Amino acid sequence: MTATMTAPPIEQVAPHVVTKVRDGDLKGAQMGLLGAGIAMLALSCAFGMFADGDTKKRFFFSYLVGYMGVLGICLAALFFTMLQHITRAGWSVVVRRIAENVAAVLPFMLLLFLPIVVGAEHLFHHWWHPNPADTVLAGKKAWLDSTFFFVRVGIYFAIWLVLAWFFRKQSLLQDQTGDPTINLRLARLAAPGLLLFALSITFAAFDWIMSLDPHWFSTIFGLTYFAGAFMSFLAFTVLFARFLGSKGYLKDAITTEHYHDLGKLLFAFMVFWTYTNFSQYMLIWYANLPEETAFFEHRHHGGWGAIGTLLIFGHFFFPFAFLMSRHVKRHPVGLAFGAIFMLVMHWVDMQFLIVPNFHPTAAAAHAEVPHAEGQSFVGNFTHGLGEWMHGLTIHDFLCFFGMLSFVAGMALLNMRKTNLLPTRDPRLAESLHFVNI
Amino acid sequence: MSNPWGVVAEFDSAAAIYAAAEKTTGHGYTRVDAHTPFPVHGLDHALKQGPSHLGWIVICCGALGIALAQLMMWWMNASDYPIWVSGKEPYAWPSTVPVTFECMVLLSAFGAVFGMFGLNKLPRLHHPIFAHSTIGRVTDDRFFLSIEATDPKFDRRATVTFLESIGGKHVEVLED
Repeated sequence: MTATMTAPPIEQVAPHVVTKVRDGDLKGAQMGLLGAGIAMLALSCAFGMFADGDTKKRFFFSYLVGYMGVLGICLAALFFTMLQHITRAGWSVVVRRIAENVAAVLPFMLLLFLPIVVGAEHLFHHWWHPNPADTVLAGKKAWLDSTFFFVRVGIYFAIWLVLAWFFRKQSLLQDQTGDPTINLRLARLAAPGLLLFALSITFAAFDWIMSLDPHWFSTIFGLTYFAGAFMSFLAFTVLFARFLGSKGYLKDAITTEHYHDLGKLLFAFMVFWTYTNFSQYMLIWYANLPEETAFFEHRHHGGWGAIGTLLIFGHFFFPFAFLMSRHVKRHPVGLAFGAIFMLVMHWVDMQFLIVPNFHPTAAAAHAEVPHAEGQSFVGNFTHGLGEWMHGLTIHDFLCFFGMLSFVAGMALLNMRKTNLLPTRDPRLAESLHFVNI
Repeated sequence: MSNPWGVVAEFDSAAAIYAAAEKTTGHGYTRVDAHTPFPVHGLDHALKQGPSHLGWIVICCGALGIALAQLMMWWMNASDYPIWVSGKEPYAWPSTVPVTFECMVLLSAFGAVFGMFGLNKLPRLHHPIFAHSTIGRVTDDRFFLSIEATDPKFDRRATVTFLESIGGKHVEVLED
């Protein structure tokens, strides 16, 4: 490539777009998010990790809910970056730096894995110290091995960190040089990158969520986790971009057209989540094999049945009707409400996957509240919901929303350091002028 | 001279027809359409065309697909000839979801395709615009703007003069 083949700088393409956060601006918001996040996590860890008995055990489940929920957002950010490169997408260039900077939080997610290392024995106790008489677990011994478990943690994070670092670094390099061959190289690299990503997120979901109940298995499980994760990343990005827009940044770059597209993807992956979850449910329901139905059997007690119903309506029917309209996706408040709602539902989804695996020791287990036979659907639902809320702990909120706040703060810190958008991407002009037909 | 269908003018480029469309709608014409060899971004906006009503047709067809699929499976499996398969009830909702989904997609797709045909009044063998002397180049390198006679502002002479004044060539009045 000769020097004449570089992409034009943004000053030529769009002189009105502010490319960097002014010095010191948004520092308050960043510190607020980071402070709130760290305080919530520290408080939760201090009270949870050093408690004893069931309180401590229950804390690790809350922590895993928060961790897996928010890790998914960071991983999906990496996925989004690679997806835009492999499809050579034009519309998304103005949004891509946000994704790159959210994926750059992944090293901190490795740090935040530490409490899971501490709690692994509690979380995964079924297979950590398997019952020697358990022939099913004996057959899975090669995979469900505590040493190999940690080796895999290393492998997954090695893949994610290298990919996130490389894609962001090349994009930042292009801000300097305007070299269009970087796009070609990243598009090529995105193919094996996505393959590695798909395998690593699948096995991470198997290892960190599915193995909580090591007898149970579902081959689509990794995909359901990914679907929810990508959906929540899109919700997160909508809110994050809105926040920057409200402060006067990226306002002329990320327009209604881009929000409309993010909304379409949010809608699509909300439906995809339903599709994968229903696929899982229907096969288990149809075959009716005890080793598979155990998953739903556990989730019929302790109020989890109501949460399953809540997910069907809150994670599908309501957002399906709400987000379907073009006007809602193009309406600032409408889309922001949809995004917040889906993030809360993502938290409920993670609860539904993880917490029913917590079994209090017999002495501490309080009897299930009996409820009248033949209650109405609504009566059963509200009863179950009450039971579920009774089982919630403060850590369920602190861990998820603390982690979310921390990641948002770190992403903002990154956004303040880098350009707000890839300023010399050859498709920048296309992205800035993008309109939906 | 019988009833005129409308007036058609030829333009040289996408930029020219975009500007012409803006001027025409800006001048108060409402029954305006553009005919181009390829999609021109934003032209619908310049023509002041409202959003398509196709979505409403599609959602109605989709809902009909859901209703028909449910009715079919309930009637066949639970009402007309109940069969118990592997311990499931004759009408068991999880087993109906895939077929319901497929029927919804099928009827939505029909609604989209045939609804589009209907809204465009297709198929038809002839259209008055084909009488224009250079319309053949619409699939090649020329851009055409038409103002129909049903437009309240339409006036045979004034509309021709107007289209000529905004740079239209081969401005012709076409008969219905």
